[in-house]
Amino acid sequence: MDKLIQSLSPIERKILPYLEEKKLQDICKKSNLDKTSVLRALEYLNKKKLVELNYEKKKIIELDVNGILYKRKGLPERRLLDLLAKKRILPLKDAKLQSKLSNDEFKASLGVLKKKALIELKNGKIVFNAKKEEITKKMLEESFIESLPLELDTLDPEQKFAFDSLQKRKNIVQLEEKKKVKIRITPLGKEISRKKIEGKELIEQITPSILKSEKNWRGKKFRRYDVEANVPRIYGGKRHFVNQAIDYARKIWTEMGFEEMTGNMAQPSFWNFDALFTAQDHPVREMQDTFFLENKKSSEPDKKLMKIIKETHEKGINGSKGWNYKWDEKESEKMVLRTHTTCLSALKLYSLAKKEIPKKFFAIGKCFRNETVDWSHGFEFNQTEGIVVDKNANFRHLLGYLKQFFKKMGYEKIRFSPAYFPYTEPSVEINVWHPDKKVWLELGGAGILRPEVVVPLLGEYIPVLAWGPGFDRILLDYYEIKDLRELYKNDITKLRNIKFWIK
Amino acid sequence: MSNIKIPKKTFEKEIGKLDEKMKERIALFGTPLESVDEENLEIEIFPNRPDLLSYQGFKRSFLAFLGKRRGLKEYNLKKPEKNYQVKVSPSVKEVRPYTVCAIIKNLKLNEEKIKELIEIQEKLHTTIGRKRKKLAIGIYPLEKIKLPIYYEALEPDKIKFRPLESPREMSGLEILQRHPTGREYSHLLKGKVKFPVFRDSNDNILSMPPIINSEQTGRITEKTKEVFVECSGFDLNILKKCLNIITTTMSDMGGKIYSMEIKSREKIVTPDLSSEKMKISLENTNKLLGLNLTEKQLKTLLEKMGHNYDSKKKEVEIAPWRTDILHEVDLIEEVAIAYGYENFDPLIPDISSIGKENFEEIVKKKIAEILTGLGMLEVSNFYLTNKKNQFEKMGVAENQEKNYIALSESKTDYNILRKDLSHYLLKNFSSNVDSEYPQKIFEIGKVFRDNKGKVEEIDRLGIALEKWEKSTQKY
Repeated sequence: MDKLIQSLSPIERKILPYLEEKKLQDICKKSNLDKTSVLRALEYLNKKKLVELNYEKKKIIELDVNGILYKRKGLPERRLLDLLAKKRILPLKDAKLQSKLSNDEFKASLGVLKKKALIELKNGKIVFNAKKEEITKKMLEESFIESLPLELDTLDPEQKFAFDSLQKRKNIVQLEEKKKVKIRITPLGKEISRKKIEGKELIEQITPSILKSEKNWRGKKFRRYDVEANVPRIYGGKRHFVNQAIDYARKIWTEMGFEEMTGNMAQPSFWNFDALFTAQDHPVREMQDTFFLENKKSSEPDKKLMKIIKETHEKGINGSKGWNYKWDEKESEKMVLRTHTTCLSALKLYSLAKKEIPKKFFAIGKCFRNETVDWSHGFEFNQTEGIVVDKNANFRHLLGYLKQFFKKMGYEKIRFSPAYFPYTEPSVEINVWHPDKKVWLELGGAGILRPEVVVPLLGEYIPVLAWGPGFDRILLDYYEIKDLRELYKNDITKLRNIKFWIK
Repeated sequence: MSNIKIPKKTFEKEIGKLDEKMKERIALFGTPLESVDEENLEIEIFPNRPDLLSYQGFKRSFLAFLGKRRGLKEYNLKKPEKNYQVKVSPSVKEVRPYTVCAIIKNLKLNEEKIKELIEIQEKLHTTIGRKRKKLAIGIYPLEKIKLPIYYEALEPDKIKFRPLESPREMSGLEILQRHPTGREYSHLLKGKVKFPVFRDSNDNILSMPPIINSEQTGRITEKTKEVFVECSGFDLNILKKCLNIITTTMSDMGGKIYSMEIKSREKIVTPDLSSEKMKISLENTNKLLGLNLTEKQLKTLLEKMGHNYDSKKKEVEIAPWRTDILHEVDLIEEVAIAYGYENFDPLIPDISSIGKENFEEIVKKKIAEILTGLGMLEVSNFYLTNKKNQFEKMGVAENQEKNYIALSESKTDYNILRKDLSHYLLKNFSSNVDSEYPQKIFEIGKVFRDNKGKVEEIDRLGIALEKWEKSTQKY
């Protein structure tokens, strides 16, 4: 009990004697504190179980700005009706002018009166149509406005009807939510409030002057602080969660000895498709699949390389039969948004000096495809990509790297199956076992680049291991997000609260 | 992507029990099992294997893969009988230059088989046929046709026949304008002076490829026992492969294949079911796969993929319906699939190399670190945007909308590349009025501008700060 008393803050102590008061205002008055302080003190006491607080939410209907005006001057429809009762028949224009109503008010009034069958519209004229007792009787809306404020839950059907129709109109009524608090003092609270508390004996705050002299603090009582009390939340800065994951992928790659390659998102078809032995009539090169940039030129192509690529497509290279069609230079110049980061690998291979081999590279970044958007698709996606250029590289090495990479990404069990890509052979599809969901997830493709890709770029066939898993699946899985659209929604509350990427 | 559906009953009767192990075999054959229900199993066929686009084709290859019937499957090809001829007029050269044809007899068609034939035809059209642009297939009841057949190009208004599903005769142009299928594929003949047709010796038009067959001579029914099959298009090599796929499928259904003479300036006889030969080196195979196979193993593995191996010539006889073997590496992949991807032992090689991050990326990371240290939240917006967000909402007048890069076509309303980050940051604020204030956000990323017809990609940093009520926004 003593501890409890010592932990009371000054405002709590101040209101303690007045807790038997039923109304909040009375506590305020007697304790000489403002409403916010009293409410805060009550909250503290509530936590210490000295009082019980019950909040009641009530929806109160009140007059809004126009409503206040109409209460004084009468509703627009009343004013119009009064005018018409005098004139009987009036052209629309004149009625508007004489009633002195605004455009909106006039329209609304016409509608209301027509609905109530008090008037008729004939050839642009308003015809008064009501009986005498109908005019003198108060309309539902009028009585409703007069009886405000009302609680929403207590409306009778007529009032409800009037409320619904008025709510559709501009600023006549408004709904306000009011919280009402009921205070009940607990037996413990009663006991403590009866004790006389000597507030002055407690040291509230330690100051340098108190510390200076021993007599100031020795033997004195200190107020206890509640370290479990709620404090305002502070939101620190934070990287976007996708970028946190991307940074992690970057770390994995560099740990495995890979060097980063970067490059443009807008690429000529030449690097995105042709250099990767994707035939010019391949469906992926249609506008329905790939974003083409309108009227954009590609930078000067390397004529020598272009000639070799043309030959590779038309007749083949290094013993290949090629695609056997007429390759069109124009088609290769069309600018696209890269559909995979593999175009960066092609560019890198072409600029690679032979003596640098063996070498390992990686890339990570956004890629694009012309897609509609739903929970599992989008027009932008993240891809990461690795290549190993090595004369002695083989298929088993490819599988070894993949296993290691995905292990670091958090997937222990991995399965490989045959796949098809125009630029790799052999090709692999990667499935990883999801231990919680107990399913195999498809995480992307890999393979050894075809001679038709490598020979034009490097001048000879050197096996190049390549893999390019989509990254978004991994993200969704880690952050437990079900909808791909969440990745770029930028909901600040969610960004503040989403967990950090820790791996 | 194309899928095929196989009745579960048929699969279990003709291939084997569909247990877990079998399901795994299907996936490891390179045909992912998409779904299985009470009645059917559905498997995905990758675009390099059009020969698997029918149940018959799948069964042929998969039985070999399971080791139940290894090696190249031989088909009995009968010589052309009298008038088994297609006369190709030089007039088709400009519009659709090649055709290859065959006759199949002894067919016992029922509703299911007709459906299967139409399905494989459609699947071949959409895949290797590139939506009928590169090739189209026609199948006709032989009893309604008088041989020989003529392949020629005629002026559109001279072409008159009743197309499938139409109540009346139409001209070539009318078909393109009025018939639903005609309209769908009209772009393939657009601007051509003459349209190609197959015509029989009774002067009846069989079809106008690649658009539509004639109702009178181009509809197969359950009564049909013998058919005329043609593939027309631009790439003779692919046409031959396609004809091989479809005729061997019909043969597997019980039909007998008869050759035809295709007479243009030269005479060729189709279908050509002789196998192509390609060298394979055991050394290259072992090197690329990291294995130690013997030649005997190599032979067995190739046979499991439906090919033959000639140990004397070190040559593979490739199944004549395969379109995807361009290079030795394609054969090496065949060996890998037959060996089983699950049987490879993954290995990390000993290559010493130093990892390195891109310097610019390091700088960007540092900037982000500083800004998060200042309590800012990083956002990430799309690279694509639209004119409404980029200009209109930013108060940019229409005549000031300059130097932006538009996409030729987009399936969403995001159809230009973003020119700056600020419009997106403001958009972020406007969609976050419910989040607690103050809000401090930043983004690091590329923006795109048109520079004399070339695309300029610029790295940008955008910062926006907002306090409740008094908003102070900076960029």
